Amino acid sequence: MKADVLVIGAGISGASIAYNLAAKGVRNIKVVDKAYLTAGATGRCGAGVRQQWATKANCIMAKHSIEFFEQAKAILEYPGDIEFKQEGYLILATTEAEDRQFGKNVELQNALGIPARKLTVPEALAIVPHLNRDAFLSATYCNTDGHLNPFKMTDAYYQAAKRLGVEFFFFETVEAIEREQDRIVKVVTDKHEFLTNVVVNAAGGYAHEIGKLAGIAVPVYSEKHEILVTEPIERIQGPMVMSFSKNIYCQQVPHGSFIMGRGDPEAPHDHDITSSWRFLDEMAKTVCEILPRVGELRVIRQWAGLYNMSPDKQPIISEVPELPGFYLACGFSGHGFMFAPMTGLLISELILKQPTTLAIADYHLHRFQDMPVIETEKSVV
Amino acid sequence: MNDKDILICRCSDVTLAEIRKWLAAGYTSFEDLKRQLRVGMGPCQGQTCAELIRKEIAAYLKERPEAVAIHKTRPLTIGVKLKAIAKGEQDES
Ligand SMILES: Cc1cc2nc3c(=O)[nH]c(=O)nc-3n(C[C@H](O)[C@H](O)[C@H](O)COP(=O)(O)OP(=O)(O)OC[C@H]3O[C@@H](n4cnc5c(N)ncnc54)[C@H](O)[C@@H]3O)c2cc1C
Repeated sequence: MKADVLVIGAGISGASIAYNLAAKGVRNIKVVDKAYLTAGATGRCGAGVRQQWATKANCIMAKHSIEFFEQAKAILEYPGDIEFKQEGYLILATTEAEDRQFGKNVELQNALGIPARKLTVPEALAIVPHLNRDAFLSATYCNTDGHLNPFKMTDAYYQAAKRLGVEFFFFETVEAIEREQDRIVKVVTDKHEFLTNVVVNAAGGYAHEIGKLAGIAVPVYSEKHEILVTEPIERIQGPMVMSFSKNIYCQQVPHGSFIMGRGDPEAPHDHDITSSWRFLDEMAKTVCEILPRVGELRVIRQWAGLYNMSPDKQPIISEVPELPGFYLACGFSGHGFMFAPMTGLLISELILKQPTTLAIADYHLHRFQDMPVIETEKSVV
Repeated sequence: MNDKDILICRCSDVTLAEIRKWLAAGYTSFEDLKRQLRVGMGPCQGQTCAELIRKEIAAYLKERPEAVAIHKTRPLTIGVKLKAIAKGEQDES
């Protein structure tokens, strides 16, 4: 079977890439996934979308992506509800160092047109009254940040892509990528052989392994991040509440449940996604300290997914110079859901050799070797 | 009885008609249906709906029910308050 473009991975990145290519008129696009739509990190994620970042590249990616989310239902002509709850992110500073850093972050964000602002404790309490006032020193808030339903958002891309003729192949694993010198000629799965010269690696937690199949060492690894959900209750919390130093994010979704997660600094670099009692224990303690009222809620379920980490915790959105026709959309380091609209647009522009909408040197595969100083994103949980 | 009146998932009020509509649209694995309809995600964790949906999927795909995978059973088995977990309470549920 021939493919003009073969996308590996049907998470939000792969779905957005396929849609953007098809919308630009590319035909014969095929997407392969070893499981079902959103089986990877996309279907497991917190699905928060925020513009409050510490690096310029991430701020701009997020801002453009949120502008897309605001219009997504209309642009993608989605009959369902993507459940975009745009009630902000409230990020808590719990140390003097964070308080100072957040001041700088807000300056950068404002200079880029992002309406974030610094809040005092009483101002933050006016927005989220059930915060523990003793747990933080100050906060930053951006009211256009928010949250979407990751299943519905990906489904919206998927349905739009299918209408434009994109073909999806589920429960089909990519097992080999064949090259002739410096170009790809074939992708082999457990069910088909795809003859193609253009391949996009959007395999999320398995991006390194897919790179290897093509003989390319992609400098990313995966680590488990756990998350839980509570019973639904009446609406009490507008924004996502987040603290980097306390290691927590916590959001009430429109359905009424609270979802919350935290990272494990000692997580091994592997593909394990089993649930642990330790996460449950630490998560419960953290949320009870910061949002005591949420401690009254019952946990219904916990699960986990993979963060695909890059050395500077920023994505890799790049063609592979050593293997033209091989494109990477990976290393999102825990924030690839919110960037997906731009990921799709930028990869489609790279493939079509169009000028990119945003400057993406900071996301190039070779930045780690070319740049003297790499700016690492620190605003991550 | 009309399949619009038959509730398959009590946690999220999903009817048999909705299950059949999404099956016909190509969402033919339990995980696909779960992601679109929230079946299996509520407080009962699929204890009511999973077997019923398995039979519907099997009938739609003309497969044996045993051949149809359902959702993964996840912790916790019953709802427990976060506060009780944080304090390490005994007999907490
Ligand atoms: C707990 C948690 C919370 C998160 N919270 C947020 C958040 O609040 N905001 C945010 O923006 N991001 C968040 N993220 C990160 C976000 O989920 C990811 O960055 C994003 O979903 C990545 O999407 P993707 O499409 O690139 O990868 P994935 O969704 O992982 O998709 C990759 C796909 O590739 C397929 N695949 C892999 N190997 C093969 C193969 N050999 N052959 C065929 N297919 C293959 C997989 O089945 C999978 O479906 C979170 C992640 C986790 C785990």
